[in-house]
Amino acid sequence: MRIEIHSGRVIDSASDLDASKTLYIAAGKVVGLGEAPEGWHANRRIDASGLVVCPGFIDLAARLREPGFEYKATLESEMRAAIAGGVTSLVCPPDTEPPLDEPGLVEMLKHRARLLNQAHVYPLGALTQGLAGESLAEMGELAEAGCIGFSQADAPLIDTQVLWRALQYAATFGHTVWLRPQEAHLARGGVAHDGEVATRLGLAAIPVTAETVAVTVIIALMRETGARVHLCRISARESLDLVRQAKSDGLALTCDVGAHHLHLSDKDIGYFNTHCHFVPPLRGTEDRDALRSALCDGTIDVVCSDHTPVDDDAKLLPFAESEAGATGLELLLPLTLKWALEEKLGIGAAVRALTVQPARVLGLEAGVLGVGRPADVCIFDPEHHWKVEPRQLRSQGKNTPFLGLEVPGKVRYTLVSGQVVFEA
Amino acid sequence: MRNPQLNAQGELQHLLTIEGLPAAIIRQILDTAEPFVSIAEREVKKVPLLRGKSIFNLFFENSTRTRTTFEIAAKRLSADVINLNVGASSTAKGETLLDTVNNLSAMLADMFVVRHAQSGAAHLIAQHVAPHIHVINAGDGRHAHPTQGLLDMFTIRHYKGDFTRLVVAIVGDVLHSRVARSQIHALTTLGVPELRVIAPKTLLPTAVERLGVRVFHDLAQGLRGADVVIMLRLQSERMRGALLPSAQEYFKHYGLTPERLEVANPDVIVMHPGPMNRGVEIDSAVADGSHSVILPQVTFGIAVRMAVMAILAGN
Repeated sequence: MRIEIHSGRVIDSASDLDASKTLYIAAGKVVGLGEAPEGWHANRRIDASGLVVCPGFIDLAARLREPGFEYKATLESEMRAAIAGGVTSLVCPPDTEPPLDEPGLVEMLKHRARLLNQAHVYPLGALTQGLAGESLAEMGELAEAGCIGFSQADAPLIDTQVLWRALQYAATFGHTVWLRPQEAHLARGGVAHDGEVATRLGLAAIPVTAETVAVTVIIALMRETGARVHLCRISARESLDLVRQAKSDGLALTCDVGAHHLHLSDKDIGYFNTHCHFVPPLRGTEDRDALRSALCDGTIDVVCSDHTPVDDDAKLLPFAESEAGATGLELLLPLTLKWALEEKLGIGAAVRALTVQPARVLGLEAGVLGVGRPADVCIFDPEHHWKVEPRQLRSQGKNTPFLGLEVPGKVRYTLVSGQVVFEA
Repeated sequence: MRNPQLNAQGELQHLLTIEGLPAAIIRQILDTAEPFVSIAEREVKKVPLLRGKSIFNLFFENSTRTRTTFEIAAKRLSADVINLNVGASSTAKGETLLDTVNNLSAMLADMFVVRHAQSGAAHLIAQHVAPHIHVINAGDGRHAHPTQGLLDMFTIRHYKGDFTRLVVAIVGDVLHSRVARSQIHALTTLGVPELRVIAPKTLLPTAVERLGVRVFHDLAQGLRGADVVIMLRLQSERMRGALLPSAQEYFKHYGLTPERLEVANPDVIVMHPGPMNRGVEIDSAVADGSHSVILPQVTFGIAVRMAVMAILAGN
């Protein structure tokens, strides 16, 4: 299949390209940018007038719910959601049932994903067996099976000696450890940010120190072990100073923020809106503003969807009993675009945060539109605003606090390895 | 976001919390309750206001006392009362909260009185019941216990009249108390100029001063010049965590004794939502003493709950 995408605004953050150019794709790769290769003829020409043409997005956190939680979502439904959101590569955390702590499970997941021939799936392996936080998982075997890093997902790692050893071991072999910083005891029982809203609503609170204490411990152990760590879902302003300091000291530290945390705060919980139940919790407006700025200045490297499809029943419960999380794959571009436009950074900043930045965290040769590179491409309309409604979402999870609201940015085409896998 | 307990006309559709309730509605409830107090003194203690209506007492958390006062209130209004101790039945079989409510709605309920261990449970139910059904929150987690707050306002008004000159002190476990939250919202809405909470830091929620209270950690300072002292119940389970060392030490710092009360106004009234822990938060000499209005609170509670039911049924 030889595809020509013409008249579009091509944005490639890696090469600082933002210009109207024609993209030529053949045999799964980009074969020309601006200039057609010799003897070019296209099987298909895509008119991208008024549209942005950029590398396919890389999402650092998307729960596909397989294996184990197929009643919430399946690989099929969530991969459809991914490509409908322009996401061509995604990282899935190991908190499946059973957790991804055995090579066979990882191979099966990768195999199932390959058969669907849609987005590329990069699993995170469990850092500890069964995510129990006690003994190390077989990182070497898991890495061979395709894991790009190791994580506890949201499972607590209470024993700091295990964390210390895990970082030492990972550092020995150059594995990256992905940690969501939360000190389990300080967070125990909590469901909302420790502030005025939780006080008014009588919700058990999670203090900011639950995050900062954990970040401090992780950074101290990074200094000790030389491990490479990616901090997942920073939520509090106070954590950002710690991250800045660690980065300026030259530690191999990166971090991400969930797209919802750029726009929402604990105030959005309103009258116990369970769609605003997140892990980590939505924090105060000053935290939200600090996260937005930190993504601008690079303290936060990446924005991710933290895609968590939840069935309706699990949201129709009292706040504390409801399941946390929101569907996100199809809102990743709109929410990132909304951030970039509101911060007056332009579309390029959104593309950067969704392509080259996550590719750097992963150490992948993706997120780039270069000649000879795999043709993973997203073509979207930045001007199109659409109303978020359940029937529009391909994800099996219809759980989002943005239901009924208008968001910018509509994906028109998604190409994975040179194939058009989605068009609308 | 529209207040979920008011209908499009701004009238009370459900009673879920006192927060956001206009002062006029609070006064309407208190005024409506006045004549109901005297019904208890009649030989026939019934009025036919809710005849033919079915009221379901839906208690997901045990509370004989509160349930009983709601039951008496409903019966005095001639309603049919069905008591369901749900904690012991359907939820134990895996039925969800909304399943239970939908099943009962199908039995033609007109009103639900709901007690639940989780904050927000009454809101959730109110959002999902048919439009003709009214929900009264009889306590949800740490969030709200509006009828208790209202009966406390009735009591204060009965003894003190004007709210706008009062110094009110709430003593004890505000962190876990839905009663305290409801009292705070009611008192600030009714214009109490000096509202204090007195407790150790472990029993106060973050940013509690944003609710409009002055924070004291010292009982003597906090009680000085108080017109109304409200003692909160201290649950024994608080001693098991790291919140307090012991009941004895708590009583030493925060227990209300006749001597401690001396710094308050001479005509101070002492209130307690019950059930009391004598010797933990309150000394018997105070609980049974001349300043105590704890038993009248219970009597007024029935009248106030009758008023709430009557108003809801009329809206």
